[in-house]
Amino acid sequence: MNKTPLYNRHVALGARIIDFGGWAMPVQYTNVIEEHLTTRSAAGLFDICHMGEIDVRGEGAFDFLQHVLSRNIDGQQIGQMKLSVLANEEGGIMDDLTVYLLDENHYRLVTNATTKDKDYAWLLKVKEQKGFSQIEITDETDGIGKLDLQGPRSEDILQQIVPANLHQMKYYHFIQTKVLNIPAVVSRSGYTGEDGFEIYAPHDRIGEIWDRLLQAGVDYGLKPIGLGARDTLRLESGMMLYGNDMDETVTPYEVVYGWIVNLGKDFVGRDALDKQFSEGVKRKLVGFTMWERGIARHGYKVFKDGKEVGIVTSGTHSPTLEKAIGLAFVPVELSKPGTTFDIQIRNHFTAAQVVSMPFYKKEKQYVFFNTFI
Amino acid sequence: MSKVNPTDRRYTREHEWVIDNGDETATIGITDHAQELLTDIVFVELPEIGRQVKQLEAVAVVESVKSVSDVYSPVTGEVIEANQKLEQSPELINQDPYGKGWIAKLKMEHPEELQTLLDASGYEAFIATEQH
Repeated sequence: MNKTPLYNRHVALGARIIDFGGWAMPVQYTNVIEEHLTTRSAAGLFDICHMGEIDVRGEGAFDFLQHVLSRNIDGQQIGQMKLSVLANEEGGIMDDLTVYLLDENHYRLVTNATTKDKDYAWLLKVKEQKGFSQIEITDETDGIGKLDLQGPRSEDILQQIVPANLHQMKYYHFIQTKVLNIPAVVSRSGYTGEDGFEIYAPHDRIGEIWDRLLQAGVDYGLKPIGLGARDTLRLESGMMLYGNDMDETVTPYEVVYGWIVNLGKDFVGRDALDKQFSEGVKRKLVGFTMWERGIARHGYKVFKDGKEVGIVTSGTHSPTLEKAIGLAFVPVELSKPGTTFDIQIRNHFTAAQVVSMPFYKKEKQYVFFNTFI
Repeated sequence: MSKVNPTDRRYTREHEWVIDNGDETATIGITDHAQELLTDIVFVELPEIGRQVKQLEAVAVVESVKSVSDVYSPVTGEVIEANQKLEQSPELINQDPYGKGWIAKLKMEHPEELQTLLDASGYEAFIATEQH
């Protein structure tokens, strides 16, 4: 299994380690619910070194990315990041990733851990086929470490070791700065539904930042958080997990990614998506809650009037709402909030209701949150 | 650290405990070690009263945020009571696995089955081998 530079720290902290897509990662340090609530109320620190970073550089980098990404990145400024889909020819989602414009003709794609190798091979193939000979595509993953600092106290904690004024940073923007004198990229973004930061620094220095942040965060209630709570936090906030809620058989219009598809430009998968857009989708990923306790898990079947009609892709017990929540694919006619269906849990059926997303929204939005990501 | 496993009861290799109530009935639950492994129990699916179960047949289900686990009955018998408090407070299993976190009571069909199970020290030795 691959280990992040923080592996020994996790073991020393008493974390339970699991295999996550070939990476030995901490699933929890104490327990999932406690770590979840800590992130919502104070702050949490996550080892995300397993995620992928692929750089695209050179003359034509913009044109290349316009060709492979569903999102129109025209107008993106240096210091701005964008969420996008990487689609295949059929419009299927190969990955959902963030695009950082680091410098003129220098983009960084931050990919999921499990999709990075596939993305990289795909990008090289398209570059070759379409004759983008001027650009250079490099897999930077091994050299870059990544930490997520999430939760309402994140800014107070990080500000102690970053010279730049973090309060002025807008959501989905980043700075290239120094953290503890270590060159780093810091973006205001994350995967928990809270205010927070993603911090990228050299792989061999990331441990120093981890240690210092945990120290700086003591008075603010900062705790290290495992992948277990990362999953419940993202799900409560209505965010999807690649490989669970979507894969290459799913298109952006079937999930909530229609807004990051721009049919007005030419890109890989555009024609298939254009066709689907005009015909309308047949199924839709929806959020649901259940009245009874219990957990509807990935792969459980959805029934309506005794007929199997869909499948659960994610499900958990929401620590904030204290009830069962989840995501499921259902026929589009059953996707309206308020619609009910049944989920088979082992040998019985439990009623569930479609609700509008997200399940959880933080009470006080960050002041710059209205900047469209 | 695990609490001491009480010596007044027997244990399975599947991490359940059973205590003989002295009236041909037995109370069952999961061990402290099991609740530690599960952590965060958020749901318990209790057996129906009157259900007949065989020894080591799944009788209940406990779910944590991350996982689902069957609870196997340490003995053969009929379910005569289920701990309804767990429906609202499944965390009782985490807090008090050998007391308030009991799961069900059974009328034992073959009380001699108890002899086939581990005693507290045997169970502790078993956990130790499982961890290495």
